[in-house]
Amino acid sequence: MIDMSSLAGFQDGFARALATQDRELAVLTRQPGFSVYRNTVMKGCIDALQANFPAVARLVGEPWFRDAAAVYVRQELPRDPRLLFYGAGFPGFLDRFPPAAELPYLSGVAWLDRLWIECHAASDDEAQDPAGLLALAPAALGATIVRPRASTRWKWFDALPVYPIWRSNREAACSGEAPAWKGTGALLFRCGATVQWMEAGAAHCAFLDACAAGCTLAEAAGAALEADTQADISQLIAALLDAGALAARSQPHARKETS
Amino acid sequence: MNTALTAGIGLKPVHYEAAMDCGADGLWVEVHPENYFVDGGPRLAWLEAIRGRHPVSLHGVALSLAADRSPDPGHLQRLAGLARRIAPALVSEHLAWSAWRGAYHPDLLPFPRNGEALRRIADNIGRTQDALGRPIAIENPSHYMRLEGHAWDEIDFLRELVRRTGCRLLLDLNNVFVGARNLGYSAADYIDRFPADAVVEIHLAGHSADPQLGDSLLIDSHDAPVAADVWTLHERFVARAGPRPTLIERDDKLPPFGDLLAERNRADAILRASMREAA
Repeated sequence: MIDMSSLAGFQDGFARALATQDRELAVLTRQPGFSVYRNTVMKGCIDALQANFPAVARLVGEPWFRDAAAVYVRQELPRDPRLLFYGAGFPGFLDRFPPAAELPYLSGVAWLDRLWIECHAASDDEAQDPAGLLALAPAALGATIVRPRASTRWKWFDALPVYPIWRSNREAACSGEAPAWKGTGALLFRCGATVQWMEAGAAHCAFLDACAAGCTLAEAAGAALEADTQADISQLIAALLDAGALAARSQPHARKETS
Repeated sequence: MNTALTAGIGLKPVHYEAAMDCGADGLWVEVHPENYFVDGGPRLAWLEAIRGRHPVSLHGVALSLAADRSPDPGHLQRLAGLARRIAPALVSEHLAWSAWRGAYHPDLLPFPRNGEALRRIADNIGRTQDALGRPIAIENPSHYMRLEGHAWDEIDFLRELVRRTGCRLLLDLNNVFVGARNLGYSAADYIDRFPADAVVEIHLAGHSADPQLGDSLLIDSHDAPVAADVWTLHERFVARAGPRPTLIERDDKLPPFGDLLAERNRADAILRASMREAA
């Protein structure tokens, strides 16, 4: 029995009535006006997911997307009023959602939509000036630590062409060509007010993972070569610097060797 | 009346550029602060650019003042930080709840107006005003259903919140119209009784009929132009109380900026006529 005589009890009962068809709550739900609240909450959540996952929505079409989103909303209401960040669990949900089983890349596409938001909303910081880094002597360069910028995001997808699928839906462009069925990675970075993206190899992703973990450039280069023995490290670093994906070094001096 | 503000527009990202280009005298804009609770990036840059062009009002939708808990400290901190950054002309919130036991319901939910709710909401308004270092305006809600357990009339409840906390009021005339039609009371009587001295802002918006029930259930949908009956309420209130900063709210089925500006200019004309009469 729900005691709605206290404010907390009322809110418990009302929240439960929004989510269920509990007959005990008929005092609320039998009034036609109650459905306005139920519909508004559901519409607000689905609209937020559709805004946050535009490439997924375009890929599967609006009716499919909104039906899937409604299932997700029933499992996971927002926990934060910042609806821009709603849907952290949506990529994982799509991975387990039986109707999406034939689209193994869908969850990855959702991941990249999510990374777009993280890139868009991240704090402002300065990009590493390429000249400042390349002026270092090779030994000092190798011992330098450079972190990704707060807005830089990257992700590697084994065996799935997630990036080209995401990109063509994000750009609302259809090349008409099926992407090659192989692993791909994506790099998202902020250039002024705009989130931009480019394809990233396994080496780029391993390199950025290492930089984010505080490794030296030499260690990061080693990680990149481990991921792809054919990687051209100087070209890789130049591409990241050119994109403004690396943060200006807070410490001008290289890390001391401990050995 | 705040001498700088006449009529404003609820600003959506799609209209940023048009709002930047618009030089209408007295124009101000209103945004939901929750959409700008980010660490950095273009959203904050846009809002700061708009702030350089027009006064900004922060109209919160998620502080959940009527929930039986204190406002989330992180939310208050972010709101205070944004207010320091933007120096808003007005700050407002709703007489409603939305966040409860870790879940956020994106709506403005009702509650029984009783002594317990009054104490809790007054305390929550006080905490918010302490965090911001300024009074906030509280908006009257729309109503869709009858709740058991109201011990207070809504206007008396709002008046008591003003007395206890020093808060101000935001009179949403579309909410009055929708609630009056849905629950069967007189909108004109409601606004005639509303404590005009505490009103620092007026909202005007469009509503729609429920798809199943038609005109017997109106929804505060903000997806249509302001209705003729709501304009009549605006003129009635301004005739009694004098001009107050008045906002055109539109959240869905967004028309071109020019259409919103035309509605805003209509409100502006009503306010300026009232100012001339008073002079």
